[in-house]
Amino acid sequence: MELVRSHVLICGGTGCTSSGSQTLMDEFEAKLEENGLSKEVKVIKTGCFGLCALGPIVVVYPEGSFYSRVQKEDVEEIVKEHLLKGRIVKRLVYDETVEDDGIKSLNDVNFYKKQQRVALRNCGVINPENIEEYIAVDGYQALGKVLTEMTPAEVIDTVKKSGLRGRGGGGFPTGTKWDFASKSVNEQKYVCCNADEGDPGAFMDRSVLEGDPHSVLEAMAIAGYAIGANQGYIYIRAEYPIAVKRLQIAIDQAKEYGLLGKNIFDTGFDFDIEIRLGAGAFVCGEETALMTSIEGHRGEPRPRPPFPAVKGLWEKPTILNNVETYANIPVIINRGADWFASIGTEKSKGTKVFALGGKINNTGLVEIPMGTTLREIVEEIGGGVPNGKKFKAAQTGGPSGGCIPASLIDTPIDYDSLISIGSMMGSGGLIVMDEDNCMVDIAKFFLEFTVDESCGKCTPCRIGTRRLLEILDKITKGNGTLEDIDRLEALCYHIKNASLCGLGQTAPNPVLSTLRYFRDEYIAHVVDKKCPAGVCKALTRYSIDAEKCKGCSACSRKCPVGAISGEIKKPFVIDASKCVKCGVCMETCKFGAVVKG
Amino acid sequence: MKSLAELQALKQKAIENVNLRKEREDGTRVVVGMATCGIAAGARPVMTAFLEEINKRKLQNVVVEQTGCIGLCRLEPIVEIYAPGQDKVTYIKMTPEKVARIVSEHIVNGQVVSEYTIGAAGM
Repeated sequence: MELVRSHVLICGGTGCTSSGSQTLMDEFEAKLEENGLSKEVKVIKTGCFGLCALGPIVVVYPEGSFYSRVQKEDVEEIVKEHLLKGRIVKRLVYDETVEDDGIKSLNDVNFYKKQQRVALRNCGVINPENIEEYIAVDGYQALGKVLTEMTPAEVIDTVKKSGLRGRGGGGFPTGTKWDFASKSVNEQKYVCCNADEGDPGAFMDRSVLEGDPHSVLEAMAIAGYAIGANQGYIYIRAEYPIAVKRLQIAIDQAKEYGLLGKNIFDTGFDFDIEIRLGAGAFVCGEETALMTSIEGHRGEPRPRPPFPAVKGLWEKPTILNNVETYANIPVIINRGADWFASIGTEKSKGTKVFALGGKINNTGLVEIPMGTTLREIVEEIGGGVPNGKKFKAAQTGGPSGGCIPASLIDTPIDYDSLISIGSMMGSGGLIVMDEDNCMVDIAKFFLEFTVDESCGKCTPCRIGTRRLLEILDKITKGNGTLEDIDRLEALCYHIKNASLCGLGQTAPNPVLSTLRYFRDEYIAHVVDKKCPAGVCKALTRYSIDAEKCKGCSACSRKCPVGAISGEIKKPFVIDASKCVKCGVCMETCKFGAVVKG
Repeated sequence: MKSLAELQALKQKAIENVNLRKEREDGTRVVVGMATCGIAAGARPVMTAFLEEINKRKLQNVVVEQTGCIGLCRLEPIVEIYAPGQDKVTYIKMTPEKVARIVSEHIVNGQVVSEYTIGAAGM
């Protein structure tokens, strides 16, 4: 008889997998066997814990000890000390959980304290490749309840009352979308899931699919029942191999248990789900392009209306929701619309997952109630900006979004406040920038992305974004004029108004929002020919402060192009015509004599 | 899957496999001293006996943990039980035979088995 007294949970998300969590699993199994513990300690691969910066992460229950940055060599110590003798290896425990008199609960750590995990509720708790673990945490209860106790209209009503809005970016009320589709009369309807997650800084959809794939399947079946569809498609990018694999395992298991397929819960309701792989084009995250791609055509958008709820996939009524949106559905059914609506702000209910990245200490995935301020996210949950630098701005919504300057750090994060300050929720990428980031350069970076990703179908986007990029390039090279800034702004509005789909309509946002909050930086580039952050190489000059220079020649010896000369013990000089602005001299100087500007 | 009842039954079965991972405020902790002294005195069979007994009775809110040396090596194996609303109880010189009684009387019914405790040893 197996008498398991302890569970070792190892993160199997993409972040921790790439820092070696699979090797850790093998090592744990081997060491447990060696110590005769394999019958009483179970090793479980689970989903993302959110604190990707500290991976690979290992959590040991029942103590709930949170080990971070565990290396293969550490495994033996954890097995011999913690699992065999019950002594927690403090050296490896996440240092924020260690207190003088012991170990505090993970929920009291700054990173987790303000979080409320709804969409991510099972990530890092269950084994995503085992349907029974999902069932143990109330999995498929919502589907059972919906099929046996509720009418489709009641389901839609519950989703409407919960106030859930689309988590993919637009923020359209989910219940209303379902309502439209249910009212479209057609024998064949479809339920689609958008797992294309094109924003390069966001990875919450991937983490949900990797850590809790069944929640999405369950929600899609519920949506199918609500609108009268019996076929679902999940459109996921092929760059997410772990998520694709776990989704397929989940679909197979759900079919085996009769939770997908024919006559579910003996109610006569059939529902099946298939996976469709995308090649990773950004535009395929746009709903009409996504559906065109599922149909097997080149992923290009088409004008709306007709909206997908009327004519979608193969011209049949279709609903398309994002992964995170679906992940909320089973909880809403189980705990009620009122419970969900009690979280968040007046117009934005529930929680939102953000992928924290950039200049921040705790890179990772956080889920917070709507209305949490940016300050709480950056300073408390995120642990602040590293190296004592100052917070300058946060970019939300990826290439379609905008930035929030430090002066607006107390803005509550919800759909409407973000729009009102010229940014957007987007899919939830949140990139933190410090004083070393040049805002013109950031706008240029995002424009490079959209120029690459524009599908080319409509002219404003195809040509307009390229012209925008050219003007930005001119400004960062120091050749811009004040007229260029006006032209830039005017062109932005043209592209926004004239583009066919969301990609083009939002592509100018990074330019517009940086212009709005950091116009002085643009002007510095154009008028003073200076890059205040010292990022744009063409505008950066390195020089040596003669008073601070001791004449040690260290910089001159390190300079790769021999641009620095001088006599020992006398101030050195940089020859600007030879300098390639690599910055090595500045790093080398012990006296802070090299200045940039 | 044919009915909600069937799903419930499966859930009840499956819940045992994830129960360990719940964040718990209440519930009983059985802490077995498993330092070298404890192991040498036979703490492992005692711990296994606890696990078996708890499993047999399907007790949901009890976890078995290990700890290091308490300092009273001559009284090992030592087991401490933390039950909600009760002071810590320390059992000494434990054997697998004593376990069943402690589980049924103390953990299930809340009656401390005084004769096995450290108090009975006159300390």
